[in-house]
Amino acid sequence: MTDATYQGGGNGSSLVASDARTKRRNASEARFRIYGLAAIGAGIFFLVVLLTAIVSNGIGAFQQTFIEVPVYLDPAKLDKQGNRNVDDIKKVSTFGYTPLIQAALWQQVQNEGIATDYTKAGDMKALISASAAAQVRDWVIAHPDRIGDTVDFKILAASRVDGYLKDRVSRESIAEDKNIDAGHLDLTDALREAGIVHKGFNTDFIFGSDASESRAEQAGLGVSMLGSLFMMLVVLLLALPIGVAASIYLEEFAAKNWFTDFIEVNISNLAAVPSIVFGILGLAVFIQFAHLPQSAPLVGGLVLTLMTLPTIIISTRASLKAVPPSIRDAALGVGASKMQATFHHVLPLAMPGILTGTIIGLAQALGETAPLLLIGMVGYIATNYPDGVVAGFMSPNSAMPAQIYEWAKRADPAYYERAWGGIIILLVFLLAMNVIAIILRRKFERRW
Amino acid sequence: MDAKLDKGTEPMYDAPLRKTDVEANATKIAAKDVQVYYGDTHAIKDVSVDILDKTVTAFIGPSGCGKSTFLRCLNRMNDTIDVCRVEGLIQLDGEDIYDKRVDPVQLRAKVGMVFQKPNPFPKSIYDNVAYGPKIHGLAKNKADLDEIVEKALRRGAIWDEVKDRLDKPGTGLSGGQQQRLCIARAVATEPEVLLMDEPCSALDPIATAQVEELIDELRSQYSVVIVTHSMQQAARVSQKTAFFHLGNLVEYGETSQIFTNPVDPRTESYITGRIG
Repeated sequence: MTDATYQGGGNGSSLVASDARTKRRNASEARFRIYGLAAIGAGIFFLVVLLTAIVSNGIGAFQQTFIEVPVYLDPAKLDKQGNRNVDDIKKVSTFGYTPLIQAALWQQVQNEGIATDYTKAGDMKALISASAAAQVRDWVIAHPDRIGDTVDFKILAASRVDGYLKDRVSRESIAEDKNIDAGHLDLTDALREAGIVHKGFNTDFIFGSDASESRAEQAGLGVSMLGSLFMMLVVLLLALPIGVAASIYLEEFAAKNWFTDFIEVNISNLAAVPSIVFGILGLAVFIQFAHLPQSAPLVGGLVLTLMTLPTIIISTRASLKAVPPSIRDAALGVGASKMQATFHHVLPLAMPGILTGTIIGLAQALGETAPLLLIGMVGYIATNYPDGVVAGFMSPNSAMPAQIYEWAKRADPAYYERAWGGIIILLVFLLAMNVIAIILRRKFERRW
Repeated sequence: MDAKLDKGTEPMYDAPLRKTDVEANATKIAAKDVQVYYGDTHAIKDVSVDILDKTVTAFIGPSGCGKSTFLRCLNRMNDTIDVCRVEGLIQLDGEDIYDKRVDPVQLRAKVGMVFQKPNPFPKSIYDNVAYGPKIHGLAKNKADLDEIVEKALRRGAIWDEVKDRLDKPGTGLSGGQQQRLCIARAVATEPEVLLMDEPCSALDPIATAQVEELIDELRSQYSVVIVTHSMQQAARVSQKTAFFHLGNLVEYGETSQIFTNPVDPRTESYITGRIG
């Protein structure tokens, strides 16, 4: 019924002039917008600072200083028997090659007519990486018939020389250095003028293996990258099926009672457990109890599987929950069994979410370092490529983040640069995985 | 107040009321003393009803009266709700559908269902209809399946509209077409009973008219049970009507009798718009 006392609406105010309440409301809305913009601005600022720092510190690792030098492979030194027998050639250690390389570089200095106070080939030692002898020796063993020839080699410069070209090393900073003195830097300048010493792209940093403390110029991330790959294979092969099966059971089949609630709470708690706890668990269970090999990517993968499972289960359950119940009703309504409804209809619709969750879980596992410290995947390990797939899982290896950690704690500043460079590679991998997650999501997503 | 509703016991709706000889048809589903509980809530109380073959039976009643709940008991869709408990006897052709030996999957193949909101699978129109026959092994080969799909789509009165785009997603159809596709999907498995839970509530009047016409055609082969909020619809399509109120089956009888001469005062109040 209408109210007889009602006198008509409004208080006579104009629509054009805003009243006090409206002004206050608009002001608070404007304030909130400013807060939001400020928050986003701060986020972008820190991201830019972070990326700039990483790239500016790490980009140098992708460049390396090389020396181009023709080495005379002296038969008198390398093959005393003169029969070119590989077994005999192998008896000559790298100590036999070092003088040849030093002599070759000394010859170059003299050929170019570079004025220097140095008088003998042995003085060239400070310029040449300790890895050069091994590089030449490996080549000679592969090509024994070339002994006696003069062959052009592109050998690594010592890390101090590399640092000098990258402005990391200066005449002041080597005042106390026993490995190199100012004369060597003058010589480097002259050789650089002559085009004998130059910087080039460092493929060995991406594909090579780790090197000892004193050979920073030789160290690469390749072998530990393989270690990470084998660990991710273990994680993918174990965590995805176990995680998805557990989620499907819990979400679609299990009765809702105190026991499933208890399991759910525990899964959420596991997701929040610090990763080092999983590391010590892995040490106790997989290595000390099950006697799996130490430092093996298999064990690393098992530990990371434990760590990734809760992430996968939580995201899978969320994406199963997001499938509208009407689809389940429709399938059950035409007489599909519970399992048919789940596998024919619910699971395909949940797939993008499951894949995204899995890849994010993998990316998390890829960047995890702490548990690897406890199962011995850190240290001077990643020195050789594993021979074969089984060795890839079972023989000692490191992983990308553990290798970066290892480099960062070494004394030589040349390793500092490599640690940053390693972070760039790791970030490229993480970025690639996230892009794959987005692409898969787009591809499998169904709209209705 | 509104004087329009004070008309007494005269016929309330001028929709055509069908006089059919429903008594000649056999009982398809017999429910006796059915109780349904949701946890502690007693949702359905002592409902006994005989649903006839080749007849459209309408369940009407205000929201929350239990008509949809009771409908979902008839093909055990309530099994999917953990807290739901059903007591009493429901027989399909004399067999207890809640018997421990009964597999709900077989039951649902015999008792098809169409839901309130059109819910086609996000697959092609063809796959939507072919899914049921496929999982029940009704087709021996592809040609067989094609035939079943065409027959079902024809029965769903949608064949002419979709025959050229069977490989297009079923979700791309309009609401009314989607609902008829769902009906075609339900009849593709050759059910004996078709349950419809407010099948027209999401449709516009034209689509509603098409679906209602379809329901009337389906009556020649199936026993159809339809839950509806629209009393005009119940009057138009059904031969038998059951009125539910607060979990009780208040009155069950010939549609013409329920709408012209209800026995129970609550039925009369509802159809005249006083309660509900």
